[in-house]
Amino acid sequence: MTLRHMNRREVIAAGVLLVASADAVRAHNGTIHVKIKDLAFSPQEIEARPGEIIEWSNEDRMAHTATVRGGWEVMIPVGAKATHVVQAGDNVDYYCRLHPNMTGRIKVIG
Amino acid sequence: MKMLFAALGAACLSLSAGLALADDRPTDPQIAHIAYTAGVIDIAAAELALSKTADDDVRAFAQSMLDDHKAVNDQALELVGKLGVTPEDNPTSQALVAAADAKRAELAALDGTAFDAAYINNEVDYHAQVLAALDGLLIPSAQNAELKSLLETGYKLFQGHQQHAEHVVEALK
Ligand SMILES: [Cu+2]
Repeated sequence: MTLRHMNRREVIAAGVLLVASADAVRAHNGTIHVKIKDLAFSPQEIEARPGEIIEWSNEDRMAHTATVRGGWEVMIPVGAKATHVVQAGDNVDYYCRLHPNMTGRIKVIG
Repeated sequence: MKMLFAALGAACLSLSAGLALADDRPTDPQIAHIAYTAGVIDIAAAELALSKTADDDVRAFAQSMLDDHKAVNDQALELVGKLGVTPEDNPTSQALVAAADAKRAELAALDGTAFDAAYINNEVDYHAQVLAALDGLLIPSAQNAELKSLLETGYKLFQGHQQHAEHVVEALK
């Protein structure tokens, strides 16, 4: 787990200095990594700024999707990575259309 | 083994014929065989659906069943190979196969939207039966930690498929 994977509460608890460095990592990279393994998104909930890139990497042997009901869908084939550029309106719950018990959440910040 | 028959019994009364033969909790080689067989059965149903359906949602669902269960069964074979476990045929596997053969013959006689509806509804039921067996008997009985862990992943897969099947049922309405 890297700093930018920590949720806001953990970051605040870790102190002001860490908040500053987490933001620095974000600013220089702008990619948020979500791992898919054993039919689960990890981390399950992420915070992202508009324009940042979410990159899912599928470590399972089956295809998954990141699907927003009535919205966008990203296909994530076996062993592959797939991305989505965060939009201002992406405060969403998403799920895998092929395995709807897999769920994730995006919280838009900033 | 009694509990597994209880879990499956609601939908397959004929399975109770095997009860007297199988009193004990299944061993790891039997559990591996049952779990693998459960996947093979869903693959066969998917192959039948792919040969019959004209519906895009049903086709995509069946393809997903085929791909996912093949992948997990390959993983299971690699695991039993690594553990030196030889899957062992048993009355539960045999009863599952017999019930599935009968159901597949029933489905094969249907066509068009009647087939689609019967196939998808059976997928909902079948996945529910396997989930009950995994949860009630196979996972608690598994001795090897890696086998137990693979069964737990299998549980999530069957649960995901059941929910996917329910969505297709809604879409067909
Ligand atoms: Cu999935």
